[in-house]
Amino acid sequence: MPFALLKYATRSAFKGDHAAERHFRLSPDLKPTYDVVIIGAGGHGLAAAYYLATRHGITNIAVLDKGWLAGGNTARNTTIVRANYLTPEGVAFYKESVDLFRSLSNELDINVMYTERGHFTLAHTDAAMNTARWRAEVNKHMGVSSEVIGPDDVKRICPTLNVSDDVHYPIMGALYHPPGAIARHDAMAWGYAKEAARHGVEIHTQTGVNRILIENGRAVGVETNRGTIHAGRVLQAVAGSSSVVANMAGLKLPIRTIPLQACVSEPVKPILDQIVVSGSLHVYISQSARGEMVMGGATDAYGLYSTRSTLDFKESLMAHMLELFPFMGELKVLRQWAGMADMTPDFSPVMGVTPIENFFIDAGWGTWGFKATPVSGLRMAECVATGRQPDLLKPFALDRFGSFDLVGEKGAASVGH
Amino acid sequence: MKIMICPVNGPRNIAEFAWGGEVKPDVDPATCTDQAWTDHLFLEANIAGMVTEWWLHTPTNTWFIARRNTLTDEIIETMTLDAYYMREGAISA
Ligand SMILES: Cc1cc2nc3c(=O)[nH]c(=O)nc-3n(C[C@H](O)[C@H](O)[C@H](O)COP(=O)(O)OP(=O)(O)OC[C@H]3O[C@@H](n4cnc5c(N)ncnc54)[C@H](O)[C@@H]3O)c2cc1C
Repeated sequence: MPFALLKYATRSAFKGDHAAERHFRLSPDLKPTYDVVIIGAGGHGLAAAYYLATRHGITNIAVLDKGWLAGGNTARNTTIVRANYLTPEGVAFYKESVDLFRSLSNELDINVMYTERGHFTLAHTDAAMNTARWRAEVNKHMGVSSEVIGPDDVKRICPTLNVSDDVHYPIMGALYHPPGAIARHDAMAWGYAKEAARHGVEIHTQTGVNRILIENGRAVGVETNRGTIHAGRVLQAVAGSSSVVANMAGLKLPIRTIPLQACVSEPVKPILDQIVVSGSLHVYISQSARGEMVMGGATDAYGLYSTRSTLDFKESLMAHMLELFPFMGELKVLRQWAGMADMTPDFSPVMGVTPIENFFIDAGWGTWGFKATPVSGLRMAECVATGRQPDLLKPFALDRFGSFDLVGEKGAASVGH
Repeated sequence: MKIMICPVNGPRNIAEFAWGGEVKPDVDPATCTDQAWTDHLFLEANIAGMVTEWWLHTPTNTWFIARRNTLTDEIIETMTLDAYYMREGAISA
């Protein structure tokens, strides 16, 4: 055996200085009481725990997940990060997230591989061109870089894209958003988990919440498969299971759970720098750092609590994808999967305080919530710590539906996640 | 290909159908409170399990009722509105 191997192997075994670090400590026993219990160890729940610990000094926190760490939509999304939304409320909110993303690798001391690629929303109809112009104006007004460009500029920036007229739906132009980015979803969850744990937060996987304990209109704890725990405050961040968990607290939500499917091709050499979305064709694509073409579309046609995959999805996706990128005809699909998206009627989230005291909600993330992980974590932490709805979250409160104050983002979020 | 049975047109490809969402108890917008009306419009039971829903066979514009299991993606049964109202003990419109 080479000496160096022996030297480094024994050194790490005995001194631990080269041993791989666990992302978070195992916390085998549940304590009877926590200041805050967070239901759901996806990106959102973990980020909220991290910001509660680091910005508000609240560290007696348990994050509970019925499955494994970030095995829900956090592990299943296609990682598009952008701020080119339609409403001023939406743009302000997602812009703060993009700003947080830019320094996240440093803050969490893990490489989240945040990479600005440029983001196209292609328009193939007059209506889509109008929406693109509208978004560009709102974006510019809010200090977000977006502009409408014609087919020639699309071709110049993204030469692999087929802009010819010899297709079903020729490209009339695009909303171009240079800061559009992708990041590594798992690293986000690991980073928040690791840093939250370092500040004392406990993360308990295989710990499902079955009941929320309410006394005199106020949340006081949760019942889990590992016993009952008391909590000063409870936050739910469970994406596709939002209605099921809210129901445990007696709340009904404006949410439908609908599958969203995605797939990747076999890996190839870098050929596509940008993220390309077509709302009219219901498809989007980017190339991952490993070379896979990451592809998806809109949600399934009907609601389900299931992560099954279908052939229909691939068929309709590829029909349009091949017109946009004819070279893809030579690629094989490598993996296909789905997540359960918590869809709201206005394509905006539901966040903040609820009619139940000490019970907070972070839901309605549908097909667009990965990019919001940092900002929702930061602002939900503020909301839980102070018990008040932060200004940035006021438009997204649960009670907006009672006054028809919807934040209509369908034109910016139904396909271009 | 998934098949759904339209109670009028028989078994067809599910792509011919549109999901209409869960059947909710009727509320009268003329007499109910504003809160009851917006709740009716926006809030969903969104059940994980057996659901009763509106479905539309789009080529023939036929609305009907389906019972599905949202955990297993099984269509349990479909029925015309008349059959549904009869079963529910209500008078058909
Ligand atoms: C295919 C796909 C592509 C997407 N693409 C994008 C994209 O490109 N850009 C973008 O911004 N967004 C995208 N999204 C949306 C994004 O993935 C989600 O909005 C986001 O990841 C939600 O994170 P979360 O932490 O709220 O939920 P999750 O990561 O789903 O975490 C919720 C956790 O709650 C747990 N849980 C549920 N019930 C209970 C219970 N009773 N007790 C305890 N734990 C429970 C679950 O096990 C799960 O781990 C996509 C989604 C999908 C499915």
